[in-house]
Amino acid sequence: MKPSRLSNCGNWVLDRFPVTKFWNEHMAHYYAPKNFNFWYFFGSLALLVLVNQIITGILLTMNYKPDAKLAFDSIEYIMRDVPWGWLVRYMHSTGASAFFIVIYLHMFRGIMYGSFKHPRELIWIFGMLLFVALMAEAFMGYLLPWGQMSYWGAQVIISLFSAIPIIGDDLSLWIRGDYVIADATLNRFFAFHVIAVPLVLVMLVFMHIVALHEVGSNNPDGIEIKESKDPWGHPVDGIPFHPYYTVKDIVGVAVFLLFFATVIFYMPEMGGYFLEHANFIPADPMKTPEHIAPVWYFTPFYSVLRAIPDKFAGVIAMGGSIVVLFLLPWLDRCPVKSIRYRGGIFKKALFLFVVSFLALGYLGTQPVTPIATILARLFTTIYFGFFLLMPIYTRWEKTKPVPKNLTRAHSLEEQLHAIEEQLPALIKEITELKPVTTEIGHPAFKSSFFNRRPNPDGIRNVATRLAKKLKESLD
Amino acid sequence: MNNKGVDKSKRQFLTTALTVVGAVGSGYLAIPFLAQMQPSVKAMAAGAPVEVDISKIETGQLIRIAWRGKPVWILNRTPEVLTTLKSLDNELRDPLSNESNQPPSSKNPGRSIKPEIFVAVGLCTHLGCSPTFRPEIAPNDLGEQWKGGFFCPCHGSWFDLAGRVYRGVPAPSNLEIPPYRYVTDTRIIVGESSEEKKA
Amino acid sequence: MKKLIIIVLLTLSFGAIANEEIELQSAKINNSDKDSIQRGAKHFVTYCLGCHSAKHIRYLRIAIDVNADPQKVLSDIAPEGASIYDQLHSAMNKHDAEKWFGTQPPDLSLVARSRGADWLYSYLKSYYVDTTKPLGVNNLVFKDTAMPNPLWQLQGEQHAEQRKTIYGEYTKLVINKPGTLTENEFDLFVNDLVNFLVYVGEPVQLERQRLGKYVIFFLLVFLVIAYLLKKEYWQDIH
Repeated sequence: MKPSRLSNCGNWVLDRFPVTKFWNEHMAHYYAPKNFNFWYFFGSLALLVLVNQIITGILLTMNYKPDAKLAFDSIEYIMRDVPWGWLVRYMHSTGASAFFIVIYLHMFRGIMYGSFKHPRELIWIFGMLLFVALMAEAFMGYLLPWGQMSYWGAQVIISLFSAIPIIGDDLSLWIRGDYVIADATLNRFFAFHVIAVPLVLVMLVFMHIVALHEVGSNNPDGIEIKESKDPWGHPVDGIPFHPYYTVKDIVGVAVFLLFFATVIFYMPEMGGYFLEHANFIPADPMKTPEHIAPVWYFTPFYSVLRAIPDKFAGVIAMGGSIVVLFLLPWLDRCPVKSIRYRGGIFKKALFLFVVSFLALGYLGTQPVTPIATILARLFTTIYFGFFLLMPIYTRWEKTKPVPKNLTRAHSLEEQLHAIEEQLPALIKEITELKPVTTEIGHPAFKSSFFNRRPNPDGIRNVATRLAKKLKESLD
Repeated sequence: MNNKGVDKSKRQFLTTALTVVGAVGSGYLAIPFLAQMQPSVKAMAAGAPVEVDISKIETGQLIRIAWRGKPVWILNRTPEVLTTLKSLDNELRDPLSNESNQPPSSKNPGRSIKPEIFVAVGLCTHLGCSPTFRPEIAPNDLGEQWKGGFFCPCHGSWFDLAGRVYRGVPAPSNLEIPPYRYVTDTRIIVGESSEEKKA
Repeated sequence: MKKLIIIVLLTLSFGAIANEEIELQSAKINNSDKDSIQRGAKHFVTYCLGCHSAKHIRYLRIAIDVNADPQKVLSDIAPEGASIYDQLHSAMNKHDAEKWFGTQPPDLSLVARSRGADWLYSYLKSYYVDTTKPLGVNNLVFKDTAMPNPLWQLQGEQHAEQRKTIYGEYTKLVINKPGTLTENEFDLFVNDLVNFLVYVGEPVQLERQRLGKYVIFFLLVFLVIAYLLKKEYWQDIH
């Protein structure tokens, strides 16, 4: 067959530009462990959300006005007068929250399966830098609507810098460019939000992925798949990222988009968590809203801040709660990566950490009460305890033997099938047959009418079994 | 891995199906993204029809109003000008406005509803500069040939006082006439055509 | 552990008590009830627009969203001389407002999104005579409000009475002097007004809910195909 003109054209480009090499290195010949599970969707989803934020963000800048007098109204202008502006804006505002959900799950995966450990420390560091950049991006973006929450939230956060001894006051003045949050602040945050930080984010994402593809992906078993290779030099337990993980990630994307679309079209405010009620009131430098709380994704760290009764120490604690995450690769002394083969003490510690993180997050959305403060202190202690005691408790960990090859992941159908098989037995156990004693009907029919009623003994048995299983999984 | 017994055609079919559905989805997503760059309601509000009192325009005088942000000229032409206009046909590219943009009510040699009142969008059909109003005859800078008209300073296009373009200049067609109608003898609305009202 | 749970529950309940000082009455919001929105728009222009603007909504948008002829909206709802493209601007100037009320009446375009429909509904119904206040009225929902009751002629005069029950003391508002509307008529009146304000808060609400169905249906189809493709490819992996 004669090569067509189009393929000639394509070859002309390929001879001069390493598209094929790039594709092979990072997709077609990049070997990923074959047992990725649910937790491995969130990396690609984070990338998807980043693209969403960039595209919708660019569109928003076309109509947004970074001017204290015009900003609030320009958002409503986008929501009403600009064709489809509401969709673009909701995609951006929902995307911001989605970004943090996805990133938190992604980070949790890393902690759970030890993806931060040797040789992936640098991936974790890049990831943490991404997280910090993302928080800066979200924080500055949140000022732009210029509502009451935007204004007072920014006021509070920037005042944190004034806690730093000696230079603090000058520093926060320099950040604001005015004595309070003002037009100058809005304008510079706009510049940071739309160009400076996104550039950093994109560069860090690039470095994060390059570093990942250099050492290879971790997996739920925490085994280095490169250690056992087939005669062709491919990892025995690896499969090419494309097509296997591209098609799998597309499924993840579809499921994610279903949730994403549901929020955008049916609950864009998410009960005041994604778009706060007080932010529908234009910023008023003369009046603080009664109850101010940061957006939900900052609340765990905000709770840490509030838990400490000293301004400077509070700021240090809040900063520290993020800094300890950077140190994770060196705090954890256990040679085993995956939680599957780690000791019970780590599982319990991680469980407590997750509980305290969620609790701190919840407390951060609530007004301060004496009890809430005590709880916040308790959970702050657990939060730091998880990290700072790690060098001690991970050393004594009784780990389980790590297999040489990957264990097989159960597919969704298999799991459903197993449930389907167990369900009738389970129902039989928690219910009991009891004849219905109705007065109506011929006595001959009565015996054939049975009804299932809850059986207290059966339920207790199942519950104990579940509890035992749960306890075992934590050992 | 085991590639034996793979149903290639099913794989191909599903890949194509997913690509097509994905492309359709991206297409639909592109619509709002592109549409949001269309003029907004605010722009449409600013582009609403404008009512103008023309009773105060003296003979020979030109006033400029803004409609959709564009300059719109309203010129009260003198009887001499109207006479001159009739003699220019040979020098013009499109004297009968066959290839130009105007509402039917203005598709006549004078390009207006009433002969003396001339309404036009003051933007050159070449590349959108606003021509200058030069009613004087044969001024020094424009030379002997100039019989009064509009001169575009950007690329030197010539138009007569009915907005008709001369031959041999860059502008391709006559000046655009906006839709307008008379509310009374002395008031016009620019932006609403007289045809629509009748219909 | 048990103690911990109890403490958590306690804090939750404290939070709940602190938030609900006054039980709000619930408004029946239905943005697809175009007649209600039209009535509410008319009430808004008659009773609110004197002081409050709703500068983010245009008469044209209202006409389009309630399927009414723009000319009819202009003649029925809008004040005289308004253009169909106009936003609902108030005639009151800033200087007068500050002189009369000590503050500038806020724009109400987004009040339903910041306060919530139930709050607005209860607020407008909870004025009572209080001679100690400069305006002669007070409000149960919003203490010492700076806004006089614009609807008192319709509702009549309410007085606050302390009632005692076994659960404790509470304040009940009783109408002493009846207004031009009966109680039910007044409830409907306020409900229409609040319905309109909810609509104004987010005019696109119905549209996005309508579109959402198609988007979600599309994504489900996409998901099914994507899943089949994934299953097909993953047969290879053992």
